[in-house]
Amino acid sequence: MLTIRNLHARVAGREILRGIDLSIRFGEVHAIMGPNGSGKSTLARVLAGHPEYEVTAGEVTFEGEDLLAMDPETRARIGVFMAFQYPVEIPGVNNAYFLKAALNTVRKHRGEEELDAMEFMTLVRDRMKQLDMDEDFLNRPVNDGFSGGEKKRNEIFQMAVLEPKLAVLDETDSGLDIDALRVVASGVNAMRNADRSFLVVTHYQRLLNYIVPDVVHVLSDGRIVRSGDKALALELEDKGYGWLEQAVGSPVRELR
Amino acid sequence: MTLPLDHYRTEYARARAGRPRGEGEALARTRDEALGRFLDRGFPTTRQEEWRFTSVAPIAEQAFALARPPAGAGPADVDRLRFHVVCAAELVFVDGHYVPALSTRGALRGSARAGSLAAAVSGHAPNIDPHLARVARDGSAFVALNTAFFADGAYIDVPCGTALEHPIHVLFVSTGQGGDTPVVSHPRVLAVLGDNSQASIVETYAGPDSARYFTNVVTEIVLGEHAVLDHYKVQRESTAAYHVGSIHLRAARSATCSSHSVSLGGAIVRNDVVAVLGGEGGECTLNGLYLADGQRLVDNHTTIDHAMPHCGSREMYRGILADRARGVFNGKIIVRPDAQKTDAKQTNRALLLSEDAQINTKPELEIFANDVKCTHGAAVGQLDEDAVFYLRSRGFGLTDARRMLIHAFLGDVLHRMPLAVIRTSVEHVLERQLARALGAAA
Ligand SMILES: Nc1ncnc2c1ncn2[C@@H]1O[C@H](COP(=O)(O)OP(=O)(O)OP(=O)(O)O)[C@@H](O)[C@H]1O
Ligand SMILES: [Mg+2]
Repeated sequence: MLTIRNLHARVAGREILRGIDLSIRFGEVHAIMGPNGSGKSTLARVLAGHPEYEVTAGEVTFEGEDLLAMDPETRARIGVFMAFQYPVEIPGVNNAYFLKAALNTVRKHRGEEELDAMEFMTLVRDRMKQLDMDEDFLNRPVNDGFSGGEKKRNEIFQMAVLEPKLAVLDETDSGLDIDALRVVASGVNAMRNADRSFLVVTHYQRLLNYIVPDVVHVLSDGRIVRSGDKALALELEDKGYGWLEQAVGSPVRELR
Repeated sequence: MTLPLDHYRTEYARARAGRPRGEGEALARTRDEALGRFLDRGFPTTRQEEWRFTSVAPIAEQAFALARPPAGAGPADVDRLRFHVVCAAELVFVDGHYVPALSTRGALRGSARAGSLAAAVSGHAPNIDPHLARVARDGSAFVALNTAFFADGAYIDVPCGTALEHPIHVLFVSTGQGGDTPVVSHPRVLAVLGDNSQASIVETYAGPDSARYFTNVVTEIVLGEHAVLDHYKVQRESTAAYHVGSIHLRAARSATCSSHSVSLGGAIVRNDVVAVLGGEGGECTLNGLYLADGQRLVDNHTTIDHAMPHCGSREMYRGILADRARGVFNGKIIVRPDAQKTDAKQTNRALLLSEDAQINTKPELEIFANDVKCTHGAAVGQLDEDAVFYLRSRGFGLTDARRMLIHAFLGDVLHRMPLAVIRTSVEHVLERQLARALGAAA
């Protein structure tokens, strides 16, 4: 579904991604771990098309198409979703209005009929129940004044409504207490199917107890230095990143 | 080159000869004095502090012809400016002249009045002598010019104890007629609300796209004790027009007034609002929203004068400037020595959509009492690019994303306008203007 080859990217004049190769098949869940500043969010943002990040080499194909040639809105419409590490507050834009407009934009692109207010509410109520969310959430401005946990939950809620083919979750677990983490993880698990893939960025093995990955990658200094199965996450939890540093011979910062 | 003021002397002599007989001595004298004041001062220049950022040279250099009464039935497109909801009265003025055939006054109840100011003057309506040209006496040269030249305007009288259920809509439409010489109209509004009365009054200014003309308007509003006024000025003139207007508001004890200013059109626009809280316990809200693109200039000057104790004022302005447009905001708050326990709050924010757009903004607090609460805040910024990306990452196109954020930004002020019909009609005009401004900025 997603193929990344030799991806290099820079921001603010500095090269951050230095040759990423990664391939995700339909239905797979991949986890990305790695120390602070290793480029995890940069990878997520490049996939989502953030204009500040410049791709200097390499290619990314999504279902055979050149993802990097598309603007961010097109990527969203064809089914690429990123849950932000730091969701943006948008005062004055009502959550329900925002979500309905987003959903209908995506549906229109897929050639599906737009949902009317009633159909939308039915869908949204179902997803909110799944994520154990309060309905007055809908009437608040997008992320405005939300707690850290609420923001993260809102990202997953948006994902559940928009039903993307590929979801990139950037540290969705940080800021969540254990109960919220379980709810969010079960929301993600409910969406897992043979056609949908996930790229889950996290610092903690904890999340991966709930969302069990098919593949775990370790990102360090802009490169994937190790890939393995879920056991790799446990090993990292145990030993930190230091042993990998020796393995590849490049400096790696401490795990938070 | 500035036009010799003689032009105005000649025009005045002609206008004077054509005045209706019923106007009376008192007003004639007031007009003569006003002309004298105008000729003394001349048009303001950027050397004057109040006009530092706003050059009215294009207005001063043009020999505008006084607008004549409309020939036929008036412009056909008045309908698009109407509210299409029940109004206590909808008064239509074409080039500053009242057109009864286009106006409706069916829903005006009791002894409330809304109609032609010229008719009220001729008919010796009770509020003329005490208030006309008195509330706005200390205005700028433009106020003096209006007093000397106004042909007509709206006269609104809401007697003590009367509450109007529906708004009064006063519509000033310019035709842009006049052939080679652009025309000027000097509309005048006088609204008097008696004690314990209540009303909503809307002034709309409009003209055909890209027509060049000059509107110079003065509004005087007097509020009795415990009166409640919800006032709006919607300026959607042609983008080539000049619009200079001032609202002078005087509130008695415990009166509550809000005046909302929406400024969307005009090449050079200057709006002055001067509110005097002249009795204890008064409340005043001055809100404003403006948008300018191209090379246009919008200048909002407000003054809230706290003269008595225990008054509150709230002021919120939001503006959008695109292309090479310029904005000016000056918010003066005066707290007189007697005005203890004043509670005044002012915020003003502007969004610049291009690098060439600019704004000059200045709060001006003159506080002569010690037990008061006055706060002000100003912010100028660009669209939040992180928010734009966030919206795009959810499927919104670039223009839609920017439009949503601008709407949200203006929503702060828009949603504070109690009259629903204003919100919808302003949204509608905004939508079109934003499409143009964003198209040019993208
Ligand atoms: N917009 C930006 N402008 C300047 N530098 C940036 C920008 N985005 C990322 N960087 C830099 O790129 C490097 C990688 O950052 P990135 O956010 O991708 O790391 P991360 O692996 O997600 O870290 P964390 O675990 O702390 O979230 C860091 O040194 C960061 O400071
Ligand atoms: Mg990160």
